[in-house]
Amino acid sequence: MIRRLFLVAAALLAVAGAAEARTVRWAASGDPNTMDPHSQNVGTVTMVLQQIYDALIARNQRLGLEPGLALSWSQVEPTRWRFMLRQGVKFHEGEDFTADDVVFSITRSLQPTSNFGIFVDTIDHAEAVDRHTVDIVTKAPDPILPNKLASVYMMSRSWSERHNATRPQNTRQREEMHTVRNTNGTGAYRLQSREPDVRTVLVRNNDWWGWADASNNGNVTEVVFRPIASDATRVAALLSGEIDFVMDPPLQDLNRLRQAGNTRVLEGPEVRTLFIAMDVGRDELLYSDVRGRNPLRDVRVRRALYQAIDIQAIHRTTMRGQSVVTGTLFPEQVNGYVREEDVRLPYDQARARAQLAEAGYPNGFEITLDCSNNRYINDEQICQAIAAMWTRVGVRTRLNAMPLAPFFAKIQRDDSSIYMLGWGVPTLDALYSFQSLLATRNGAQGDGIWNFGRYSNPQMDVLVQRMKTETGEARQAAIRDALRLYREDVPHIPVHHQMIPWAMRSNISMPHMANNQPYFRWTTVN
Amino acid sequence: MFSFIVSRLLQALPVMLVVSFISFAMFAYVGDPVAIMLGQDFTEAQRQALVQELGLDKPFFVQFLTFLGNAIQGEFGLSYRLSRPVAELIAERAPATLELALCAAIIAMAVGVPMGVYTGLYRNSWLSRIFLTFSLIGVSLPTFLIGILLILVFSVWLGWLPSFGRGDVVRLGWWSTGLLTWSGIKALILPAITLGLFQLTLIMRLVRSEMMEVLRTDYIKFARARGLPNRAVHFGHALKNTLVPVITIAGLQLGAIIAFAIVTETVFQWPGMGLLFIQSVGAADIPVMAAYLMMIAAVFVSINLIVDLLYYAVDPRLRIGRGRGH
Repeated sequence: MIRRLFLVAAALLAVAGAAEARTVRWAASGDPNTMDPHSQNVGTVTMVLQQIYDALIARNQRLGLEPGLALSWSQVEPTRWRFMLRQGVKFHEGEDFTADDVVFSITRSLQPTSNFGIFVDTIDHAEAVDRHTVDIVTKAPDPILPNKLASVYMMSRSWSERHNATRPQNTRQREEMHTVRNTNGTGAYRLQSREPDVRTVLVRNNDWWGWADASNNGNVTEVVFRPIASDATRVAALLSGEIDFVMDPPLQDLNRLRQAGNTRVLEGPEVRTLFIAMDVGRDELLYSDVRGRNPLRDVRVRRALYQAIDIQAIHRTTMRGQSVVTGTLFPEQVNGYVREEDVRLPYDQARARAQLAEAGYPNGFEITLDCSNNRYINDEQICQAIAAMWTRVGVRTRLNAMPLAPFFAKIQRDDSSIYMLGWGVPTLDALYSFQSLLATRNGAQGDGIWNFGRYSNPQMDVLVQRMKTETGEARQAAIRDALRLYREDVPHIPVHHQMIPWAMRSNISMPHMANNQPYFRWTTVN
Repeated sequence: MFSFIVSRLLQALPVMLVVSFISFAMFAYVGDPVAIMLGQDFTEAQRQALVQELGLDKPFFVQFLTFLGNAIQGEFGLSYRLSRPVAELIAERAPATLELALCAAIIAMAVGVPMGVYTGLYRNSWLSRIFLTFSLIGVSLPTFLIGILLILVFSVWLGWLPSFGRGDVVRLGWWSTGLLTWSGIKALILPAITLGLFQLTLIMRLVRSEMMEVLRTDYIKFARARGLPNRAVHFGHALKNTLVPVITIAGLQLGAIIAFAIVTETVFQWPGMGLLFIQSVGAADIPVMAAYLMMIAAVFVSINLIVDLLYYAVDPRLRIGRGRGH
């Protein structure tokens, strides 16, 4: 009898437990600037929107491609991809998801006011074949279109038209667009309320198609996002139990969070690589005492600067072990990574001095290193360390550290002789990095748009062209050759891949993601 | 009286104009909003189009005059960062800042004046010494450190008060208030103390020295000689006469509290105008920065005016002086 009572009680508890709200209170330093899925391609926006919207193709926990709103896809012609859509999917406001919505969403992200050009740059147009089949026609063969489409979210045509939001937010408008604060996706969570800079609340969409899949084992019913700009306050809020999950805890507090007892720290690599880029275009270097020539055009000088950096010291001291030292352009999660090419020139001060002397600078020279001080983890401290190391071998380095707004403005004016940049790879394919950072700047979409050192090497340009059009083994070979060239020609001095710590209360478990995005479909609260 | 107000308002105009000009000129150095808006991937053509759209290709003075013309009509445009009307953003944040500033000012006055009177009257008592030491801390510790210390003690260790945010707010028309909910009041305590502490110690020291000065004057001696009770002498005569400088300072400090709420708001993630300003600086969001600076200038100008009018009420000599036509 007593046993039966227990069983009943246990069953009741289980029922109560199932209905109980499981909330994750989540904080990060920045708030999403908009809820428009095609407006701004930045992490703080995507981290919220990818809970709400689905793309044709989803990513799994290892960032590999999985069926999303499309069940399958194939390249039916070199310039034509066909996507078979999932049936029976509904938007949060009840509309059916069809091929027409895909055509609409692709067209919308092709608008000039969209910041998602990089993901759709090769697309000519999309056309509906039938209610659940879509063809996407590209201007030239694009072997990595599926990788790119994993970042293009699907909106409802009728909803967008009803709310006069058929284009991404436009700055010229005097009025606020509906999509700045409202959403209507097909995703795992619905936007319940949004107060910019204060609070964004998501609730579980029990009708989401993905819950049928056992791998989506999350049990979170509500997510409350609160931006907290001050580092110390964010940590305090986690320690005091007002927040359950902090996405960007400051490095100096990690030990404390590890030892606090009721919090833990999850660490993993991010797909973001820091490197030093150099002005190899000008005939005379800016901000230097060298007249009439540009020492950085000499590969021996570039190697000398490379070998003067004691990267292990930076890894140990500046980063407190939270970095992955690298000798290449992107980490292993990116398609095209070759371990054999991920080798640094050894740290060797004597060799650095010798190479400077060989190049005709036995007494070194003066240079100014431009750096951001609030964009990457410990960016200013890294630059301080590097400046000191260069000065030690005779290259007297002035550090010019500034906030990200003036920093990016300065380097984009080509007004820098040497600067540190951190580069993420949203497509998870090598082309994105080589094309943006190392192709010759020629005005074409994407080519060399972040190549502010004006590196230009015909060999590299040929390899980038091959990455754009070739497929299979030939394409992988082009990437491999480009990585080899990157090592030999030293257009950059690689520093490290950033590690990103996440801190959370002990009762939360979630996979650490290398794209620095939490996925609440995989998050459980106990 | 009326002509006095009008002349004051006319004096305010050039001040506003200069402020708007200086702040607008500064924006050339805060970074390139276009670079931030375009994100990581764009073409030169897209960049040019956006520069034109925002009117950033026009000469500086044309940009400034356009801005001024719009500002006069209360039109500050759309925030680059949030794509929402600037006036609406500021109106949304104003209640949070004003409530915080007002509470901080009330704390500063309500605690600072009695403490100042006490330390002025009983200079050598041990309590006065404690007050003075405490005021030294308030003056010398930077605001953000005080905020963090309070968070550490009251949120992390004791768990009594929230470390950030505004709690639940109640909407009264366009005004949102945190004063009507328990969580809103709890959230207000630490930021208000942090923001008010400096003002509190300032007012305390000011009242103290004024009191000591006034207590030495002849009319106090006469009052005592007439056998007036201590209470009447201290509060009816001495304190009243210390109030003119205290009102000036407290008034001007109210402007300072509103303007310098930036630091406190950042520490406590208080969703007010200061936090909005800081976030706008980070994103080179010029329309918001310009509107905020103009508004702060307007606040200072109007507070100055109100303080001048209060002098009239408190100090009869001013009325007589102007009556003679000076």
